[in-house]
Amino acid sequence: MKRSLVAAALGAIALAPSAPLYAGGEVEVLHWWTSGGEAKSVAELKKELEAKGDTWKDFAVAGGGGETAMTVLKTRVVAGQPPTAAQVKGPQIQDWAAEGVLANLDDVGKADKWDSLLPPVVSNVMKYKGHYVAVPVNVHRVNWMWANPEVFKKAGAKIPTNWDEFMVAADKIQKAGFIALAHGGQPWQDATLFESVALGLGGAAWYRKAFVDLDQSALNSPTMEKAFSTLRAVQKYIDKDAANRDWNLATAMVINGKAGMQLMGDWAKGEFTAAGKVAGRDYICAPAPGTKGEFTFNIDSFIMFQQKDPSKQQAQKDLASAIMDVHFQEVFNLNKGSIPVRMGMNLDKFDQCAKDSAAEFASSAKGGTLVPSFAHEMAMPPAPKGAMFDVITAFMNTPSMTPKQAAQKMAAAGKQA
Amino acid sequence: MAEPYRTHAAGPQLIGRTVIYTLLILFALYYLMPLFVMVTTSLKTLDDIRAGNLLALPAQIGFDAWVKAWGTACTGVYCGGLKGNFMNSVSFVVPAVIISTLIGAFNGYVLTMWRFKGSDMLFTGLLIGCFIPFQVVLLPMAQTLGWLGIANSIPGLIFVHVVYGLAFTTLFFRNFYVTVPAELTKAARIDGAGFFTIFWRIILPLSPPIIVVCVIWQFTQIWNDFLFGVVFSSGQRQPITVALNNLVNTTTGVKEYNVDMAAAIIAAIPTLFVYVVAGKYFLRGLTAGAVKG
Amino acid sequence: MNPSLGSSGQALVRPRRGIADYVETALPKVVLGPTLICALIFVYGFILWTAWLSFTESRILPRYDFAGLVQYVALFANDRWWIALKNLGIFGSLFILFCLATGLLLAILLDQRIRAEGFLRSIYLYPMALSFIVTGTAWRWILNPGLGFEHLVRQLGFEHFEFPLIVEPKTSIYAVVIAGAWQSTGFVMALFLAGLRGIDDAIIKAAQVDGAGPIRIYASIVIPSLRPVFFSSLIILAHIAIKSFDLVMALTGGGPGFSSDLPATFMYTFAFNRNQIGLGAASAMMMLMTVMAVIIPMIYSETRRQRHG
Repeated sequence: MKRSLVAAALGAIALAPSAPLYAGGEVEVLHWWTSGGEAKSVAELKKELEAKGDTWKDFAVAGGGGETAMTVLKTRVVAGQPPTAAQVKGPQIQDWAAEGVLANLDDVGKADKWDSLLPPVVSNVMKYKGHYVAVPVNVHRVNWMWANPEVFKKAGAKIPTNWDEFMVAADKIQKAGFIALAHGGQPWQDATLFESVALGLGGAAWYRKAFVDLDQSALNSPTMEKAFSTLRAVQKYIDKDAANRDWNLATAMVINGKAGMQLMGDWAKGEFTAAGKVAGRDYICAPAPGTKGEFTFNIDSFIMFQQKDPSKQQAQKDLASAIMDVHFQEVFNLNKGSIPVRMGMNLDKFDQCAKDSAAEFASSAKGGTLVPSFAHEMAMPPAPKGAMFDVITAFMNTPSMTPKQAAQKMAAAGKQA
Repeated sequence: MAEPYRTHAAGPQLIGRTVIYTLLILFALYYLMPLFVMVTTSLKTLDDIRAGNLLALPAQIGFDAWVKAWGTACTGVYCGGLKGNFMNSVSFVVPAVIISTLIGAFNGYVLTMWRFKGSDMLFTGLLIGCFIPFQVVLLPMAQTLGWLGIANSIPGLIFVHVVYGLAFTTLFFRNFYVTVPAELTKAARIDGAGFFTIFWRIILPLSPPIIVVCVIWQFTQIWNDFLFGVVFSSGQRQPITVALNNLVNTTTGVKEYNVDMAAAIIAAIPTLFVYVVAGKYFLRGLTAGAVKG
Repeated sequence: MNPSLGSSGQALVRPRRGIADYVETALPKVVLGPTLICALIFVYGFILWTAWLSFTESRILPRYDFAGLVQYVALFANDRWWIALKNLGIFGSLFILFCLATGLLLAILLDQRIRAEGFLRSIYLYPMALSFIVTGTAWRWILNPGLGFEHLVRQLGFEHFEFPLIVEPKTSIYAVVIAGAWQSTGFVMALFLAGLRGIDDAIIKAAQVDGAGPIRIYASIVIPSLRPVFFSSLIILAHIAIKSFDLVMALTGGGPGFSSDLPATFMYTFAFNRNQIGLGAASAMMMLMTVMAVIIPMIYSETRRQRHG
């Protein structure tokens, strides 16, 4: 009797599934998208993940475009408890991968055919030694110029297509009593402005040599000096209250008709939309002077940390897959003001500026004029980038610094490890 | 209360009083201005803020920003305002304050009543702990907490705040107990009372003033701390300062200044309350000798 | 102290030596023990750890292979570091002086039997209760020429009033002084007020009888007897000045450029944002050494003084 009971029990155990049913893993995600619009976008991702049976554990840390989040990330890694996924972009991805703590996403990449959906410039940033370690979320275009057509009309100026025309237009706007260029004197904004000037004057090939390869002869060059002297000239058209002004307050100056132009990435569009303005009618989006056909990209991405728990590993793969998914790409980018990083998508729901952006993204990828934004940490590691920021802000705040000195300092900055 | 040191002539006395009151009022304005800006901004609508100047009164008074800050503002994917984080802060601030105060009291007691060779030098060595900037200890502390298994948890936060609060609490209690006559304890010891008995029966009953000072100081420091809070907590367990930072410091999103200000005031209410209400006891505590000697 | 004499001076039976006595001698040390161990590990141990890191080439995460003085060389070649040091000197001294002077002044004023003393006292004290985001953000607006104080005064009719303190690189550190002093003076005032109230009336009355005027009384009697309060305030203010990281980040972000950088913000930026932990550690060591060189002699001399006081 007993024996058969025992046999029956053993049999039941033997027949049970050999692996536990996938009950869903938990993904702790570190990010800094905390504003209303951004939060809505991330909530989409949470929904998709939950549909696959996983749980999303939110870990939001705002501030400095991710600076505080990076501090938190380092301490968590040092404590031996890295989050499952973290919002890290650009060459930092390679820095983390070199420490040997990132998970390999190749199987998701192969299954979802990432190589065919991403331009090589982008997929290279997501790989370390040929293996996928990060997944891109969106594409921001940084070299946009936002203009108020009313101000231009009143000043009798036309939208500039290169930096010489910019000086002419800015002069007219200033004479008409408006502020020509709305700007916020924070290091990242100074650098954003500078990189558009540099790209507009130097072209994509030189930009890559200087800011991606950190080539000394490209950094300490006449082109660089010209970029700085142009920056000095542009400074005349910024109002004196610009110091430490938040970027959205500068955008507000354009919205309110106090200023004519702002050089800022496509997240500025969110401000226009929130104020009820319509693209083309109430505001104009144009490529930064001299950069038509060129596209400076800033891509948000997530890296995944190695996990021991197999359910967490599966959840990471689900997350990576969900991020590159068509539906998520559309919804997320509609909410955030950026464009999908996944090529070949249907963009009917996006506005004109976004459509232009997407078209330029594809064409510049083919034409070799798609460049990473150094001001947004896409082109070089944080150390030289920070040092270059120091040079640019010092230049803008020290009238006595000459373009030649600045170019020399840029070369020295490029040597920072 | 010390006698006012004024002369008795009426004329100079009146001028003197006027000068005193004028100075006091001017200073009061300097102190109140930011609070005024915060409160009025929190009551304005976004259009009002965009259009106007920051020191102007609101065109219409609205409490929407407050409701949003408390209950529906986004601090990440979670859009439930600050109320949850408020309780998180309470859950670690209260234990940390109690523990560090208690230990500080014992330390102060030992350093003044049970001196041994080298205890003064030890005290000096302890005081150095007041001056460590927290950024410097972030990484090693993270590693240590990781080894102890309490990184990223409320007990971990309590531990960190107690450790770095000990220097100050010890300072407060030691400076206070130094003014207690040593004869009290000597007599008690001769009568046979032991270490703990003297503490409970004699020292502790004398201590309320300094306990108030210590609690107020520790409460403010720990409640307002950001760095340890952001690094050693996560997600739903984040303290209110971290949630406030998430609310206010969005990078590429639209900023709602009125909600930001309302949230900042909400985050400050407990400490403001403690200072304003207990301020009277605070001063009494200081008078009773917290800082003499 | 002679345990064998009772309060009446007569010889008592000597208490039995043994476990009880041993425990009594050991107990104080045991009680103090945990705190000392914590200080040893979490203060001194961590300082040593940071020192070790400053001799390595740590970048994004700590690395422990010895690399010589390379980080210190890089540190001293860095323009930004020298500006940060200079700023600490300016900010530290101005902040401490302003708080001490204003705190003392306000305490003396409030001590003059003012009506609504409690109310005014709360007004001066409340800023201490606020956190850095609140203080930094509010003052950032007030000091902004286009939006805040300058704008207000101009609207009141003074068309050419200028107050560009926070936007000029040369003066941005003074903006930090204003905001920092605003936050901390009240606390110093409370300390001084308590100290003033604790002064023995008899001495004052004696001096008044001798014909000394108010200024003389303050200068020769009151202020000198507040010396311990000066000491405590100095410790607290120095501690705040050194730790002033959050305030700078919220108020000026270290700017314009990096003109209002302080060693604490420098260390944080390089260690955590620029992935140069080694350099950050070197700057932390320099900062700590400077602080110790000033603080330790001061504390030790005061503590010894108090022993006999």
